[in-house]
Formats: sequence, C-alpha cells, structure tokens
Amino acid sequence: MTYLAKPKFQHPDLPKNELGYTHRDYEGSVSTLCAGCGHDSITASIIQACFELSIEPHRVAKISGIGCSSKTPTYFLGNSHGFNSVHGRMPSVLTGANLANRDLIYLGVSGDGDSASIGFGQFAHALRRGVNMTYIVENNGVYGLTKGQFSATADRGSKSKRGVTNTDNSIDLAAMALQLGASFVARSFSGDKQQLVPIIRAAIAHEGAAFIDIISPCVAFNNHAGSTKSFDFVREHNESVNRLDFISSRMPIEVQYEPGTVEIVEQHDGSRLALRKLQADYDVHDRTAAQGFLQQHAAKGQIVTGLLYMDKTPSDLHAHLHTVDVPLNVLDAKDLCPGQATLDKVNASLR
Amino acid sequence: MSTATPISRVNDFVVRFANVNGSGSASANEMFARAVMRMGIPVAPRNIFPSNIQGLPTWYEVRISEADHLGARGGTDLMVAMNPQTFDKDIASIEPGGTLFYDSTKPLPASKFRQDISVVGVPLTAICNREYTDPRQRQLFKNIVYIGALCALIEMDVTVVEQLIGEQYKGKDKLIAPNIKALHIGRDYALLNLECPLSLRLKKCDKVGNRILIEGNNAAALGAVYGGATVCAWYPITPSSSVADSFTRHCAKFRVDPDTQKAKYAIVQAEDELASIGMVIGAGWNGARAFTATSGPGISLMQEFIGLSYFAEIPAVIFDVQRAGPSTGMPTRTQQCDIISCAYASHGDTKHVLLFPEDPTESFEFGAQAFDLADRLQTTIFVMLDLDIGMNHHLSQPFVWDDSRAYDRGKVMTAEELEAGKEFGRYLDVDGDGIPYRTYPGTHPTKGSFFTRGTSRDRYARYTEEAGPYVDNMQRLVRKFDTAKDLVPRPLQANAAKPTKYGVLYFGSTAPPMNEAIHMIEARGHSLDRMRIRAFPFHSSVNSFVADHDFVFVVEQNRDAQMRSLIVNECGIDPVRLVPILHYDGTPITARFIAKTIGDHLEALKVKPQKVNS
Repeated sequence: MTYLAKPKFQHPDLPKNELGYTHRDYEGSVSTLCAGCGHDSITASIIQACFELSIEPHRVAKISGIGCSSKTPTYFLGNSHGFNSVHGRMPSVLTGANLANRDLIYLGVSGDGDSASIGFGQFAHALRRGVNMTYIVENNGVYGLTKGQFSATADRGSKSKRGVTNTDNSIDLAAMALQLGASFVARSFSGDKQQLVPIIRAAIAHEGAAFIDIISPCVAFNNHAGSTKSFDFVREHNESVNRLDFISSRMPIEVQYEPGTVEIVEQHDGSRLALRKLQADYDVHDRTAAQGFLQQHAAKGQIVTGLLYMDKTPSDLHAHLHTVDVPLNVLDAKDLCPGQATLDKVNASLR
Repeated sequence: MSTATPISRVNDFVVRFANVNGSGSASANEMFARAVMRMGIPVAPRNIFPSNIQGLPTWYEVRISEADHLGARGGTDLMVAMNPQTFDKDIASIEPGGTLFYDSTKPLPASKFRQDISVVGVPLTAICNREYTDPRQRQLFKNIVYIGALCALIEMDVTVVEQLIGEQYKGKDKLIAPNIKALHIGRDYALLNLECPLSLRLKKCDKVGNRILIEGNNAAALGAVYGGATVCAWYPITPSSSVADSFTRHCAKFRVDPDTQKAKYAIVQAEDELASIGMVIGAGWNGARAFTATSGPGISLMQEFIGLSYFAEIPAVIFDVQRAGPSTGMPTRTQQCDIISCAYASHGDTKHVLLFPEDPTESFEFGAQAFDLADRLQTTIFVMLDLDIGMNHHLSQPFVWDDSRAYDRGKVMTAEELEAGKEFGRYLDVDGDGIPYRTYPGTHPTKGSFFTRGTSRDRYARYTEEAGPYVDNMQRLVRKFDTAKDLVPRPLQANAAKPTKYGVLYFGSTAPPMNEAIHMIEARGHSLDRMRIRAFPFHSSVNSFVADHDFVFVVEQNRDAQMRSLIVNECGIDPVRLVPILHYDGTPITARFIAKTIGDHLEALKVKPQKVNS
C-alpha cells in the first residue's frame, strides 16, 4: 500500500453536479488493489453515488477497519477525513465520531473478515443502536491481505483456491442486520453498478442505520470454480428482488412506470425512491417477511439482492439519547461548565 | 471482666461494623460516619465488601481522628459484630482493651469472647421482633437501633443523627418518624441497661472546617463535567462503574438545555471495553471531549486502541480505578497495580501520560485537567484512581473552579487559517514541541483533510514504510512526551525539619497514611524528606530528589514495585538507591505499616550504612 497521487488534470467538459463539482472531486488516490478487484468497482459506485447526490466531499467522514476493503477509503473522497482504525473496530470508532458531530455523513467501510469475525460484536451493536451511517461490507468470503484463508461468510461446502472445502456454516450479514434492527438493509453485487449506485444513494439519504452487504469477488483468491463468491457464481445465482431509481427531492418524477410494478417510497430527508419490483409479492417494509425470504432462497443456493428492507420512519442514536441539535464538538466551556456557583451548592450538599 | 486496661480515647479510635451484604446496613453505617463529621470531628470511612450482591460478609470501618489522620490505621477499637458468619474472626481482630458490641438476643457462651476486651450486648433481634411485624422492617430497623445504642455508648449527638435521617428520607417523609423511633428505641435501651458512655467516646470539635465527604469516582465524574466531556462510553466493571453512574447523574442535573430539554452530552454503555475505548477515540478524533472509566481487566482489553491513540495522536481520557490483579484478581480490593500496564500500554514503543490523584479533590481537579491535557498533547491521558480513593468517602477540600478558565482545545487549525494559506501537515512539528496541528473532520472543502491511520506515515499523513520518515515520527513522539513533563501536575515536596540523607517517594491513595506515618517515623528519631509524585512523565525534580538523597524509599501498593521500575527506567537511576516499600494484600496501606517498614529499614541503615537489603 503506497501513496499514489492522481494527476490533477481533468477534461474541461466534465459534467458538473448541483454544487459545481465534477466526478474527479470525489475521487481519491490511485487504488493499489489487484487489477479486477470487486472492491474497486464498489469504490467507483461510491464516487458515483456521492457525485449524484451532490454531497460536499468534506462533509463525509469515512471510517474503516483493517483489510483490503478497509484500504479503499483512500481511493475515494480525497477531500474527506478518513480513519483507517483497528481490525474489526470500525463500528465503535464510527459510533463515537457520530456522537461528536451529528452533522457529518458517516460512511463505514468494512470487509467480511473485519465485520463477520473479529468485529462481529461491534457490527451487531452499532446496528442495534441505530447509528446514523451507511455501513458497507465488501464481502468476498476470504482474507485477501493474508492470502486466501476462508472468512466467516464463506459458504459451507465452498472450496478455497487450494481446494480445501469449508466445513463451517456461513454468516449471512444481511440476515443478521435484519434481525438486529437495522432500519435499511440491502445486498448487492460489485459487478452490478446499475443496482448498486442507487442503493448507496438511498442508504446515504437514509437517516438511521443503513447496512449494505456487497458481494465483491476476490480475483486473487476467490474467483475459481467451487467458490460461491466468484463473478460467475454470483451472476448465475443472483435473485434480485427489486431495482431502485433514486429520485432526489428537487426533481419531478419523469419516468413513466407501469402501474403496480413500482412503489414510490418517500425518505425522511424528502428524497424519493422508485422501487421497481422484480418479485411481485416482496414487501420491502416487512422485516419478518424479508427474513423468511432470505432464508428460503439461501436454502436453494440463491443470493438475494436488492433493497431488502427499509423502515420508512427510522430513528437514530441521537434521537434515542435526546442530544442537542448542534454537534457536541462545537460546545465550549460556556455551554458545558456549570461554574463555581453550582460547585458551591454541590460542596454544601456534601457536608 | 476485661483483663486488659480498656482503651480510653476521645475522638481517636476505629469503629468497625461487620454486616451481611444486602441487609441495608450500608446507609445506616454511612449515616454514622456523616454524624461524626457533623460533630466537627474528622472521619475516614471505608467500605470493605465482597464481589457479591447479597449474603456475603461486608465491613464498614470508620476511623475517627481529631488529629486528622485519614488513612486506614489498622486494628479495631470498637467492633459492631452483626454477622454471625464472621463473628469469631471479628472478635479476634479487636485491639486488646477494645470493645465488642453484639446482638445478645441469643446468649453466647463465654468461650466465644476474649478475656482482654469489653463486651456490650444489646438484644437487637428481640427488640425488633417485639416492635415490628414485617420481616423486612425487622431487618432494616435493626441497623438504626444499633446506631441509636451507639449514640448513647459513645456520646454521639442524637439530634445530628435525627437531622441526617430527615435529610436522607426527604421526599419520603413517612419514613422519617419510624426511623427516628427506632433510633430512640436503641438509645433508650442503652441508657437504661448499659453503662454509658464507654471509654471510647466522641466530643464535638471544629476540625472539619468546610471540607466535604465524597467518593473519588463521584468527584472524578464531576471533574469530567467541569472539564467539558461530552461523550462517555463505558462498560460496567468494579470498582469503576460509579464513575459513569455519577457522570450520568451530574449530566442530568447540569447538562440539559433548559429551553429544549435536550442533552449536551452522550453516554453509551458499550458492549465491551474495546468498543468503549473505540467510541472515545472516534469522538476524540472528531473533536469532542470523550472518556471511559474502567479497571485493570478493561485496560488489558483496550491495549490495541490505546496504541492507536498514541500513534495516530488522538485525544482520549481513561479513568482507571485500580483493583487488585492479576487477572480477575480481587475485584473489590484495592491496589496500585496498573502503573506499568498503563505507562507502556500497547505493543511497540509507547509511553502514556498518567495522573495520580491522592483523594477526591484531586480526582476532580485532574479529572477536569485531563481533558485539556488530552487535547493539548493529542494522546491518551490516564487518571489513575484506585478502589480506596474511588469507592470510599473521603473528607476532602471543597471543589474550586475558576470561572474565567477556558478550555485548552490544543492545536486545531481552523477553516479560516487554512483558507488564509497556513501550511497544514498533520504530523509536522511546526513549534518544535513535538505537537502537530490537527483539523476536525469537515473543516474545509479542499484543504486540511487527511487520512488517520495506525500505520506509519510521513509528516503529511501519507502512508510510508520508509525508515527515515518512520524514525522522524517516532523521535517527534518522544519530543512530545518531553513537552508533557512541564504540562502535567508537578510533584510536591516536603522536607524534614532537619537535613537528612533519606527520602521517600509515594503517590495516590498512599498520601494520607504517609502523612501520618511521617510523624511516627520522626517519633522513632528519623528524618525523612518526602515527595508525592502526581504524574508521569516525571518532572525533572523527581531526578533531583533522588540525586539529593543517599537512599529513597518508594512506597506503593503492588507486589512488583511498578513505580520504582518506572523511575529506574525513565530517570536512569541506580536501582540500589530506591528501596521498595510494598503493600499489596488488597487492603489500603496503613500508617502503621509504612512507619514500621521504613523505620526498620532506617534502623538497619544506621548499623550498616554502606548496604541496603530490599
């Protein structure tokens, strides 16, 4: 992992978003991941989503753990503060950062080793607390940086590159997120940008704990026959429940949809999602049904993708703690220190 | 009849209550201690309790000392033996000439008692069974009945106790009259049936002044409120949990916006210590003042994150309320045993700032100052309490705050400065003090952002594994630690009346018994200069203190002389010149122990001045 600056040159006719930023303003340094890595496609989707949302790049805090996936925040949003923390502990660092300043957008980037093994506890607790964040797991089923050991999301019976069969049961992080109370749960595939970009946009706009499990094949260690996280396997077994169109609040809905096939979902921030149903009876607001649906399809060896669940009226940790509207990090002694007069009363009560 | 002369003392004795935990004795016993204070007599109560909620033995020791000796003394003059489980041991622990107070409902054979103590029996159970029908009331009022009897026996001012009952049950007023009645039942019984007063008794005086009675954990939490902490993430662990509990209580009182009723603080009970320190570091990175409170096992779990805070330079405050280790150790017993594990916490080359408060007053002061130091030094600051300071009430100087005091937020570059073109390098030592500038996330659209990481980086926060920038950065961290020496609380020195070749270093909860022991050592004809260490890194005066004496005793409450090791290591001192004085059985160190151990050493030195056996 070396630091490589990208050249600043850009084409004068690059399209600009509402804030006047181009796509290039959302990029970071050059990726040092393997050529063809699924994670680089996710990076590109994050850049695309942030550009389309017209987010001010410096108002995002990107926080990660350790591993290939956790390296990626250097490759996008170069004008944002980033924090590559310790292995499996992104959720706690993000929670603390969020408590300090509720006004920033929090993007947590993790991997399957980082979130399903060493950080499984923190993954669970950040979701159950309802931290307002977009929590992305770049899920490839292996430990890439240490050269191809199985991770806890590797399916039972799948084979490693060396031919070893995994005998442990796998953890489905999206199913876990549903059970733990995440108010936005999606699964996507790094190779399906059409599906992924709107999901990321919707997750960022969601004002609660949003979790996205993104299957992201490891070209170096987990893209062979016998793997259930390879490009070919995911393409063949992808069972998509819906496609999203993200409609920012300011734009009128121009596309005409067939009646009954589309649900328009209003998000808390005023933005809207046009949800094109691919499974006629799938209800994206029914947590229990979503859990059953995932289990039934997993049993058939299918990978369910799309927006799996969304709470229309989410709440977050700040709401639960009833904190003030201004960020805690701007409060000073005048706001925080009760002063000597109060201390006199405290002293008097202790005699 | 007692074969020893009864101990006859006014305002100078130790009362020990032996109870069963969960029996409601704690509040009655605390009322007893508070009544002594209200009579103007200095008092030092200590709770000795098991890691258990109900049914196991617990003791409450009250040292009464008009001479202001507030450390644990050792020994018991008046034993209030209410626990049959520990009865024999409790009797054995009474000083010759002392007094046993017990529940005489069931007659005990003379063999149960000692010949050299006085015995006072009150049929507490019989009285309560006669007066009350509800079993719970019988138990609870028994505690008040014995307090009433003691009022008569040691001449405790009954109106003071009545007043305390009134204050305790304010708002639950219907409980006041029955409690006062129980108090008088006990007192009347004693006046009518026993020889009152005993030769141990109280006499009103005015030695308390404006001091307050408070636990160190509560004081530290108040310090965090005054110091501007807004984020507290914690995981329950004895003996530190009451830091977070108290912070919660203080915040509910002092930190709620009067207009919106919204909280100017966030408290999260985390899933474990790793998450609590992670949240603190996330909040510190993002510009809020954040802390956690824990004890030894929590410190062990937090090691990796503490190293991140050191290397990535993120402010954090940890209140470590030390308990006896290693491992689970004795969770409800005191020690000063996390010195090394905090000073050098985490893998690789690290050093951390430690503050050592001696009592609740300093727990408050250092508790507030820790947040300024954390912001200034951009690293973890440990406030090293222990169970004795943290969980026991101590008679302490009242809290003082300078209303003109502003928080030192350290070197934070603003959007205006960045806009004006000021050079920003996250790890650039612009001032030569080893402390770089930082920016809060979200400061400026195009300037001042950086990537925080635990991996090696250059002065501009760019990842590198090159030798030069790595060493450059590690050297700067050493410079920063040197800068800390002059920012942390300085050691306090007190010299003996006569010049002496011997000195003593001590810290934390050892201070009160040390202050008492110094008189006892002088009474044995020795002179000793003393210095109380209040922080690590050590100020240069610690080196000079050692240099100025032939031998220096280092008194501490652990087995391995951890503070001595730290001094030897950091100050480059010949270990032979530092004589360890160690107390580590889980009870607070006493003046008697210090005076005897140091006194014996000094006498040995007189005989063989060239050598010392430690």
